[in-house]
This record gives sequence, structure tokens and C-alpha cells, in this order.
Amino acid sequence: MDVGIVGYGVYIPQYRIKVEEIAKVWGADPEQIKRGLMVEEKSVPGPDEDTATIAVEAARAAVRRANIDPREIGAIYVGSESHPYAVKPTATIVAEAVGATPDLTAADYEFACKAGTAGIQTCMGMVEAGMIEYGMAVGADTAQSAPGDALEYTAAAGGAAFIVGRNGKRTIASIDGTYSYTTDTPDFWRREMRPYPKHGGRFTGEPAYFRHIISAAKGLLQQLKLTPEDFTYAVFHQPNGKFPLKAAKILGFSKEQVLPGLVVTKIGNTYSGSTLIGLALILDNARPGDRILAVSYGSGAGSDAFSLTVQDGINNNGDATLKVMDYVNRKEYIDYGTYAKLRRLLVR
Amino acid sequence: MAVPRFWREIPNRYNLIGTKCGNCNTVFFPPRSVCPKCRRMGKLEPYKLRGRGKIVSYCTVHVPADGFEDAVPYVLAIVELEEGPRITAQITDCNPDSVKIGDEVEVTFRQIREESQDGLIYYGYKFKPVSNPPSEG
Repeated sequence: MDVGIVGYGVYIPQYRIKVEEIAKVWGADPEQIKRGLMVEEKSVPGPDEDTATIAVEAARAAVRRANIDPREIGAIYVGSESHPYAVKPTATIVAEAVGATPDLTAADYEFACKAGTAGIQTCMGMVEAGMIEYGMAVGADTAQSAPGDALEYTAAAGGAAFIVGRNGKRTIASIDGTYSYTTDTPDFWRREMRPYPKHGGRFTGEPAYFRHIISAAKGLLQQLKLTPEDFTYAVFHQPNGKFPLKAAKILGFSKEQVLPGLVVTKIGNTYSGSTLIGLALILDNARPGDRILAVSYGSGAGSDAFSLTVQDGINNNGDATLKVMDYVNRKEYIDYGTYAKLRRLLVR
Repeated sequence: MAVPRFWREIPNRYNLIGTKCGNCNTVFFPPRSVCPKCRRMGKLEPYKLRGRGKIVSYCTVHVPADGFEDAVPYVLAIVELEEGPRITAQITDCNPDSVKIGDEVEVTFRQIREESQDGLIYYGYKFKPVSNPPSEG
């Protein structure tokens, strides 16, 4: 495989709500929830933010980091389960806002939380086939959750964009290989015209998240003849803090490999942005030669696993964009009333 | 605003594309098709503004225009861009009480308003306090 990441960028809205603030409204025990989910607070989109604005900010940062002419981007895919329009692509908004139009192909992807990594695979194929010079995949969400549902403690907002190109001097991380594991597993869904998703409760664990993440990771390791010891870091989709740590343990990865990319505790589950923001956080601190395993998970269900090797391009342009931690630390706390207004739970 | 008008202004609203006169080097935003200084000697070309500037003046809006009801109180400012033009825009991600004349701001891509629940969403530029020191280039 002769493709890699040439640029990446993230965006996380500045508003945060604490688990305590949500628990207070529903009469729940915040300590129990924080212990159970390993989540302290989550990001909330501002009144003028949505998946398109988050995707644009992340995409612009990725273009700055890659330091390429945006007109060389031949494909843009935006993965999300909260596209602002039911019909009308987010990808065209992103393409226009980064200056990639009109010579490109673009589309929106939907596969619960893994639509962004599915976009990366599409770009990999198109670059490798020589159809395009660069392709950009974005995973961004302003995740919905019904008031009082367990999801309300974690459903957050954020996104990341990755630009894929042929390996060369711009390469930040080359992609050694990818492997996907997909089955029809109805653990989480949202019907047409319905505002909030429904889920299978505990069913989202063993037969859904763990089966797919573990099978995808094992499949990739087998394909590349690698073992957990060959990796410096590993990032697994982060619906909460516990799941990725448990998946790591089952696969034989240590906490030390996983904690550097674990960001859900401070921003919540950014759905399509989750695995990608975790990967971006690892890249923010990685050095040439480091090997990274990244495994996404999308309900419904499937996982995409990637092995990446960090290249010298990681040292290019590091100051061109804000780091993941800059966004994590830039925050403004809101109460549940404000949250209810921002999420349009309250409408006048 | 009609759909065709919004569509026509997308380059300006999304990417701050103004015009620059090749004769006197003045930058205009919104774009002008004639340079008021050089008149028929003017050579206007599209010009992308960098999106950084300073607040020249501002006010905090408590009684909003239609479509901005849920944003109050919000800050509306005149921003002088590095390249010269002064533009009116909302300042977002800020506490209205801490905004000052002279504050450095940078452009951000946001929803400006929506036609209705069924209508088009208008995206465009707003400004926010700079989150990192301005870098050259």
C-alpha cells in the first residue's frame, strides 16, 4: 500500500456540560455514572454550530496542515449521523469552504460512528488507483440523545478531517493496511424523521462494539503479521472511557498504548469524530517510526481497522493548526437549561 | 433572502473573497466591480482575505432581528481586516461583557441563520477572539 495521511485537523466546540449537571436534573447519582462511563463532561455545539460548521473548521485545519493547494483535492467524503440536511450534501459545503470546488467528487456517508473512517478507505482506494491526487475524509457529529436517556451523558459534538495522498515527503503517517469487519447487528438506530436514536442497552456491548472492534483488530494484525507489541499506540472508538480500555485488554494492548489517545473523558463521544479525534491526539504527540493501530466502530454494525506508521512529515507545519488539547482545554461550562436551549430541547 | 441571492454570495460568505484593484492595490469587501479611486483605470481581480482583524466598534444586541431571537445577547461588530476593508459581522464564542475595541479576532465558519425549519440554512463568516497568536505568512 502506497498511501498515507498528508494532513489532519480537528474541531471541538467550546461549550461543555458536566455529568453532575445532567444527573441533577434526572435524579441520578453522578459519581456512579462517572465511574461507570469514565466520562466527566461532554462538548456541546454552540447556537450557530452544526455538523457542517464543525466539518468545515476541521477540513480547513487539515488543508493548512497538509500545506497543499485545495484544488488538488479530488474527493471529499463527510461521514456523520447528524448531517444538517436530510437531502443536500454536507460535503459540498465543505468542498466550497475549503476551496476545492468544482473539479472533484463529493458525497456524504452514513454509518453511525464509523462513517468517517469509511471515507478514509474510499480515499485510499481512489488515491491508490490513481483516480485522484488527494482525498479528504471528514467525520463530524453533533450527536443527538433523548432527554433522560443514558446517551445524554456522552452524546457530544466534534469532528476531524484527514487528507489521504500518495506516500512522499508530505506524509505524516503512511497507512500499512486496513481491514473491516461488518455484520447486520441492530444495536443502535434512528428511524427517518425521528429526532433521537434508540439503542439496545447492554446489547450494544458484547455482540456489537466488542465483537466488531476485536474482530477487525485481529483481522488486521493477522493480515499484516503484527502483534500488539509492534504498536506504540492504539486507539479504539470511544463511546465511553471503559469500552476502549476493555477492548485493549482483550486484544493484549496495555493501558499505556491506549491512554495517550483517550479523549472521551473530557469531551464525550463525538460519534463520527471519536476515533479520528483520538487518532489526531496521538499524532499530535507522535514521533517518526511510531506505529499506531486505529479501530473505529459504527453501530449497525461494523469496524474499520488501520495500521499507520508515523513518517518524517509529522515534523512539517505542526504550528499551522490548533492541537486536540488546545480544543479540549478551551471550554465554557453551561447549565442544563442552556444545554436544553442549545440542543433545541426547548423551543419557543 | 432568496435562494439565488444566497447562492451568488457563497464565495464571499464562505471564503471572504473580495476584490483587489491591480492599479492602486486597494482591497474591497464586499467585492466591488469598479474601483472608486481608479475608475476606468482600475483592474479588479478576486482576492481572498486572510480573515484576521481588529474590532473597531461593536454593540451588544438585546432586541434581535428576525431569526436571531435565540442568539441574544450577541455582539455585532465592525472588524477592520489586516488587508484594509472594514466589515460588519457577528462576534461568536465570546462573552459580550469581555469584548473590547481593539480585540484581535479571526474568521470562523458558522450558521448565520435559517430560513425556517424547512428552509435553507445560511452559512457564512463570523469572527471570534483569536485562539492562537497570529503567525506570519
